[in-house]
Amino acid sequence: MSEAAPAPARAPLSDQVMIDMQGVHKWYGAFHVLKDINLTVHKGERIVICGPSGSGKSTTIRCINHLEEYQRGQIVVDGQALTNDVKQIERIRREVGMVFQHFNLFPHLTVLENCTLAPIWVRKLPRQEAEEIAMRYLKRVKIPEQAGKYPGQLSGGQQQRVAIARSLCMNPKIMLFDEPTSALDPEMIKEVLDTMVALAEDGMTMLCVTHEMGFAKTIAHRVIFMDGGEIIEQNSPQEFFSNPRSDRTKLFLSQILRH
Amino acid sequence: MAEPHVPHPDLPPPASAVGALGWLRRNLFSSPLNIALTALALYLLVTLIPPLLRWALLDATWSGEDRAACRVNSGACWTFIRVHFDQFLYGFYPEAQRWRVNAVVLFLIFGAVPLFLRSVPDSLKLRWGLGLLLAFPVVAFLLLRGGLGLPVVDTSSWGGLLLTLVIAGVGMTAALPLGVLLALGRRSDMPAIQTLCVTFIEFWRGVPLITVLFMSSVMLPLFLPAGMNFDKLLRALIGVTLFQAAYMAEVVRGGLQAIPKGQIEAAAALGLGYWKSMLLIVLPQALKLVIPGIVNTFIALFKDTSLVLIIGLFDLMNIVHNATTNPEWLGFSTEGYVFAAAVYWLFCFGMSRYSQKLEKRLHTGHKR
Repeated sequence: MSEAAPAPARAPLSDQVMIDMQGVHKWYGAFHVLKDINLTVHKGERIVICGPSGSGKSTTIRCINHLEEYQRGQIVVDGQALTNDVKQIERIRREVGMVFQHFNLFPHLTVLENCTLAPIWVRKLPRQEAEEIAMRYLKRVKIPEQAGKYPGQLSGGQQQRVAIARSLCMNPKIMLFDEPTSALDPEMIKEVLDTMVALAEDGMTMLCVTHEMGFAKTIAHRVIFMDGGEIIEQNSPQEFFSNPRSDRTKLFLSQILRH
Repeated sequence: MAEPHVPHPDLPPPASAVGALGWLRRNLFSSPLNIALTALALYLLVTLIPPLLRWALLDATWSGEDRAACRVNSGACWTFIRVHFDQFLYGFYPEAQRWRVNAVVLFLIFGAVPLFLRSVPDSLKLRWGLGLLLAFPVVAFLLLRGGLGLPVVDTSSWGGLLLTLVIAGVGMTAALPLGVLLALGRRSDMPAIQTLCVTFIEFWRGVPLITVLFMSSVMLPLFLPAGMNFDKLLRALIGVTLFQAAYMAEVVRGGLQAIPKGQIEAAAALGLGYWKSMLLIVLPQALKLVIPGIVNTFIALFKDTSLVLIIGLFDLMNIVHNATTNPEWLGFSTEGYVFAAAVYWLFCFGMSRYSQKLEKRLHTGHKR
């Protein structure tokens, strides 16, 4: 289990630590879901987390914006310690965008309103400025023409791109993706992945739980493999895919790369 | 080379499947059982409708000023309603001051017009509605009760439809927000708040409204210091509001439970706090889902206002009942109760239709 060096082809990372998880443990009742998670993420770093279902990968990234509580260890996000203080949690959540497997768009609001809600109510931006920002990001995810529609009128891929735009409107420093393409038809996976690649090229710090190994190979600085609530292995994508160290990783890779 | 395919032209559907004939066939004569039921329904209509029409319209009396006028015809004596009409509307509100009641109604109607216009933007509607919600009770109270130069009309002389609408209106506007708070409290993570809300809801749902009204009018004064006496109507209003809030809370809770957890998580991930995520994300969706339940509770509340007769308030029901026991007009209770029923029905049916329109308008074509 070695600390991964960034892939040579990618620009060197800054020294600035964006996320620092130290000895994080979590239990659901008696069930030990996260076991001693240590993870340091630098500014601009892109990390892909993979592993079988129930391995704790979603739980890990959901701890970073405190959607999940944890019982032991500490997490520092952008220099601010994550505590149980509600105000502090909200302050951190403003800087951390999240994209969910099931999009979780607000169905009673239009696409534009979905994007302007948090800038207006959390960042206190004037409506007009929030709408300009929203339109800029909707253009960036290539669906400005859908701004007036409701989420229920869009395809899954479009909805997920709106969800990405909605997060970006808060101008976050970190983006968390929780299986963003798992609920999509194959045809729509590409449009969402393309959006994420474009985001990566702009230098966003990203943590992505996904099984899209092609995506991991192209953009990740580091691939993390989790099983049974532990980080089993982490390495650069080249090393991870061509030379996995643990048997568990080999088994997992042989199963998902078979077809 | 194959011939290009020419689609078969559309044929008109058979006459038995469309039009009036098709409708009859599908809806009334589709099976032997349905044919029998249709025949039975026709028989009942033929035997019941003509006598009803004869009583209510053809043989009815409309003119005259006293019961003697109703001796001639065998049908309904609508004179009874006409003579008492003002009393049914205003109760014992002094005649010279009744313009104040009309002014309140006009204020409400004209104040509410912008809320029903499609051309007014929603954000303005929200502000206007909130303004009206704050201004109307003050204006209505000043006009109805008096003060500021207007002679005071004691609440004991309010009555008739006026009183029914006051109780129902106050009950609805106060019970809904209170019910929402109780529902949120019942789902709260904080044990103290949760226990408090559960206890409140279960207590008020467990006692009949009649008991609540009796307690408020008979028992409460016993606990108050001598000489301190607060308004009977106010006590009834508080009783009705708390009682209905408990029901409303459970209706709203049903809606809250239907909102997927992902909605709250998405709101939280964007940095919205509890109240903002409830007010902006969860409640708009939850309340929309339970519009039928809310209106159901409103309708029940509207009709339950008639129970205040047992504590001696003269609402529409009681004032009609009172008029039927007037020795000069004995024997016309049927007309009186038919009239009261018609008024109740009109208001309840109106609420029901409006809620259906609202549901359609708020539908944004989502499934999740």
